Amino acid sequence: MDVELLYWEGCPSYPEARELLDEVLAARGIDADVRVTHVASDAEAQELRFPGSPTIRIDGRDVDDRGATAPPSLTCRVYHLPDGRVSPIPSREELEAALT
Amino acid sequence: MTLSLATDAPPFDLPGVDGANHSLDDYADAPVLAVVWSCNHCPYVLAWEGRMSAIHRDYADRGFRLVAINSNDAERYPADSFEAMKQHASEQGFPFDYLYDEDQSVARAYGPERTPEVFLFDAERRLVYHGAIDDSRDERAVSEHYLRDAIDAVLEGREPATRDTPPVGCTVKWREPS
Repeated sequence: MDVELLYWEGCPSYPEARELLDEVLAARGIDADVRVTHVASDAEAQELRFPGSPTIRIDGRDVDDRGATAPPSLTCRVYHLPDGRVSPIPSREELEAALT
Repeated sequence: MTLSLATDAPPFDLPGVDGANHSLDDYADAPVLAVVWSCNHCPYVLAWEGRMSAIHRDYADRGFRLVAINSNDAERYPADSFEAMKQHASEQGFPFDYLYDEDQSVARAYGPERTPEVFLFDAERRLVYHGAIDDSRDERAVSEHYLRDAIDAVLEGREPATRDTPPVGCTVKWREPS
């Protein structure tokens, strides 16, 4: 399984996203090396189709279809939790579904 | 550089989403005033802005006013344009003034680094608290109500016990030097 985490340091959500991702991978018994990519410029955001930080892709597919098609940008990404609240990181449920 | 504690509030006169300009002097009657750097696109702002509205409403009868200012570069972040601000404020039903600092001059005077980021002033418009609204973007996990506690202190004639906390949120989107 290919697990990729892309982030931009201008957004403080990366450590929290990494911690949640590691927790979900461990809970599922998935021993995957997480490829971490720091996106540092608008050009890199364009090249990597980076819709915001953090972006997590499992086997190349974004864990959040809704936000995946946003224009590439160095920005903090908006996620929506199952109860409708806004979050700067994906929900645990979203990550678990992407790993199924 | 971020405004230091006990410093006087720098003046401003900015257009609001209500179609009127609002200056610092317009809030002269407020015994305590919160100037909060904000924007439309940031998930941290979106997570906290309901609490901004609640605080504004909860303390309104004691004269407290909250003013939000968006200084982000709308050329690079179109979601933070003045038109988008008007739409967002209408959708969210903001009870507070939401102002647009297009040339970022007010942001340069206050020195915010993040959105949301609070600058709280007493009746003499001295900075008495700076930083986060509370200690968690997740409302259910909040244990320290920094802004509410600071407002309570000022209204009771005390210095806030906590006067400076690190703001958590998106970076202010400064214009690139031309």
